[in-house]
Amino acid sequence: MEDYLKVVHKISREEEVASTTKISKALRVAPASVTEMLKKLAEKDYVKYSPYHGTTLTKKGLKIAEKTARKHRLLERFLHDVLKIDNIKVHEQACEMEHTLSDDAEESLCRFLKHPDSCPDDGKIIPPCDLKISSCAECVQLHKRGLEEVGKHKQNLISINKLKDGQFGKISFIRGGHKVLQRLLDMGLTPGTRISVLRVAPLGGPVVLAVRSSKLAIGNGIAKKVFVEIEE
Amino acid sequence: MSCHSESTEKPNNRKNGKKLTIALAGNANVGKSVIFNQLTGSNQIIGNWPGKTVDRAEGSLCFENHEISVIDLPGIYSFSTFSLEEVVSREYIAKEKPDIVINVLDASVLERNLFFTLQLIEMNAPLVLCLNQIDIAKKKGMIIDKQKLEKALGVPVVLTIATRGEGLYELIESAVKVATKDTKRKKINYHKDLETRIEKLTQLIETEKIDLEYPSRWIAIKLLEGDTEIIKLVKSKSAKIVDISYILSQELSTIHDEPCFSIIASERYAYASMITSSAIKQNEVKNTFSEKLDWVTTHKVFGYFIAIGVITGLLLWTFIVGDFLSGLISEGLSFIEPLDPQISGPIVSIIWNGIFNGFVAGVTLVIPFVIPFYFLLAMIEDSGILTRVAFMMDSIMHKIGLHGKALIPLILGYGCSVPAIHACKIMESRRERLLAAFAITFAPCAARTLVILGLVGVFLGPIWALTLYAVDLILIFLLGKIAMKVVPGKSTGLIMEMHSFKVPSLSVVSKQTWTRTKSIIFMVFPIYIIGSAIVQALYALDLLTPISNVMSPLTVTWLGLPAITGILLILGVVRKEFILLGAVAIFGTTNLLGPFNPVQLITLALVAMLYIPCLSTIIILIKEFGWKAATTISIANIISAIIIGGLAYRLLEIIL
Ligand SMILES: Nc1nc2c(ncn2[C@@H]2O[C@H](COP(=O)(O)OP(=O)(O)OP(=O)(O)O)[C@@H](O)[C@H]2O)c(=O)[nH]1
Ligand SMILES: [Mg+2]
Repeated sequence: MEDYLKVVHKISREEEVASTTKISKALRVAPASVTEMLKKLAEKDYVKYSPYHGTTLTKKGLKIAEKTARKHRLLERFLHDVLKIDNIKVHEQACEMEHTLSDDAEESLCRFLKHPDSCPDDGKIIPPCDLKISSCAECVQLHKRGLEEVGKHKQNLISINKLKDGQFGKISFIRGGHKVLQRLLDMGLTPGTRISVLRVAPLGGPVVLAVRSSKLAIGNGIAKKVFVEIEE
Repeated sequence: MSCHSESTEKPNNRKNGKKLTIALAGNANVGKSVIFNQLTGSNQIIGNWPGKTVDRAEGSLCFENHEISVIDLPGIYSFSTFSLEEVVSREYIAKEKPDIVINVLDASVLERNLFFTLQLIEMNAPLVLCLNQIDIAKKKGMIIDKQKLEKALGVPVVLTIATRGEGLYELIESAVKVATKDTKRKKINYHKDLETRIEKLTQLIETEKIDLEYPSRWIAIKLLEGDTEIIKLVKSKSAKIVDISYILSQELSTIHDEPCFSIIASERYAYASMITSSAIKQNEVKNTFSEKLDWVTTHKVFGYFIAIGVITGLLLWTFIVGDFLSGLISEGLSFIEPLDPQISGPIVSIIWNGIFNGFVAGVTLVIPFVIPFYFLLAMIEDSGILTRVAFMMDSIMHKIGLHGKALIPLILGYGCSVPAIHACKIMESRRERLLAAFAITFAPCAARTLVILGLVGVFLGPIWALTLYAVDLILIFLLGKIAMKVVPGKSTGLIMEMHSFKVPSLSVVSKQTWTRTKSIIFMVFPIYIIGSAIVQALYALDLLTPISNVMSPLTVTWLGLPAITGILLILGVVRKEFILLGAVAIFGTTNLLGPFNPVQLITLALVAMLYIPCLSTIIILIKEFGWKAATTISIANIISAIIIGGLAYRLLEIIL
């Protein structure tokens, strides 16, 4: 099931909706069984499926897809950085492992790897965890006291370098060490602050944010670590 | 408000006497240095980009019988210890205790600026708020209620437009008032959870009587924030306080589900935001011209064109002006010719002759060339375009291990490497400062431009000169890439405030042009004159040939240059122009196409451009980075010049 959501997520990011043929090709499964599975997923409200227009993820489905992507990319990091497995091989291995990794193990892995922000083979951003915290420093602190009491984010978070010109968002999570975090806080990016993206430079360039009536340019490397809740 | 500055007497009779110290503190690019210059008549660098003032500067003025010394501090956003400037300002305010701190704020970004004000209040500094740039705020449709602000913060507020000098008299007036009368200060109370813990800790600090130079409340807040410096400091006096502060901060982060430093930052911002919304009324405004400019200069197509336009335009401008003036240059050189060479007669007259030549060279080469360049640079700096260029070029600069902000010192390097390397302090880490400084040692500075024009532009036409510029820019990129690989470490990312565009103020621009030209003249003239005299003396004593011969394996065999260039390259270490001046003096002709063939001229210009930073640059490199780094950079320059020069010679032989 997670594989389906993953594929739908990937295809629909490229072309809005995922057609059944595309999905069946990507998964190497017969179109008939794809249709059947999609219907089942639609019943559970993971996808919006219409036979003629194709399939898109619902919010619930997106959440699972992102979570799977997170586990996948964290595992890739682990396989590559710690076990020193070759870059070309990590993807396949991680594909197998991602389904069996528990949420607790995922959190521990993230802390163990010191909160990485992208995967080793193609540099995709690792989605943030769904704990209701606003920084990694907090995760480490909370871990010392046991994590049980932490709530979870309801919304999907998105990093600000993925926003489009003119989009609004509310700062909800900043990944990374004390230093970067402190600097961003000083510049006014405290949790809950409303920001809008004025410009996203092409080719992995920086973004310009409007924060507290000032304009702030933030490099891509740091923008990747700042996650917002999109306002609807 | 000017003053005869005789500052021999010690400031022993403060307050009731007349000597006062005022410090200017605040966020970057709010107008502190404009105010400083206006008050003291100094020449601090001004421009519309953050981070110009990197060291503190001092000046003085007289005001109603008070002799006041004014300190201009670097702009900062907070009192954490992550950057050099923050430490400089924090130490100054806490330890040297100025009689008054004028906190300069950008009125159009009040909320973010107040974040720092609150920290000054925590520090218990005697404050006057200077809301500057109210003209810009007005343009953005903001109406400021001064009284409300004064009431909320409990400090006097003065509205100013520093560039026009408006409000500065009142500013000093109220500063002197605060300094001479012991006014009561209002305490800012944060949210209850936080406030009770700050107070608990403050009391503990006071009862324990650890004698630190900082105010207790400020220490308490810093301890809760987990400031490593302060923790270390307090621990050496009383470990108990640190332990308790740790417990308190843990309590706080449990309550709020956030680390404590983040809670405190959020709390300050909540306070600042509350004050701002009560003190500022925001009217709707139409899309201003400045906003439109912003849109264009950060556009994904036009933005690049404009950025490249600025980077190359400044060079082209110097080139076009320089080309136009090259007539003057050669006239200047021919002015030298009839007096030259003088090898007979008493040594004194020979040296005198050299001195005169050096002076003429200075006048004809530097002044008409440097002034137009610095004029355009000041215009560009004061407009605000530089931060946009830095934004657009960020991803390219990452390829050489730097981020967009490094482009600003690099562009300053078109003028002179020395202030440019000084400006590298806007970079966050030592590694980045070093990489940026390394790149700057190759930048086409005014001296290099003179050599390129004088050796190549005049004799072989502008195309070859432009080619050399292009080669230089490409080399900066390639060598920067190599340097990035060699120097270990990680790059930090860009975090830069972008201030609104401004119409450059003519008085600021012309003053700045003059200041810089003056400093070049002071630097260059003595060197020209002495250097020129030395060439003459060596010439007369017949020492040129033996020295040159030592270097001939390099110059003649590898680079294909005439043997005499050996001595030119040695002299050029002092100032690159000597390569040009020396050649003219030694060969006794302004037509260098005689003694050199075209290939040799281009090779010489290329080698001259790269082979070593000039003496003043080496000195500033030593000052900023130490002997080792300065030597390494110089050697790297020499090696790359030798390799590239030799290759270019062989390549040019084929082409030409
Ligand atoms: N329109 C307007 N511009 C101003 C005013 N005051 C300063 N400026 C401009 O603001 C810019 C910054 O001024 P500076 O004095 O260099 O700022 P600073 O605070 O010293 O900056 P750093 O040294 O970088 O921290 C310059 O371009 C000034 O011309 C003002 O009252 N009105
Ligand atoms: Mg300044």
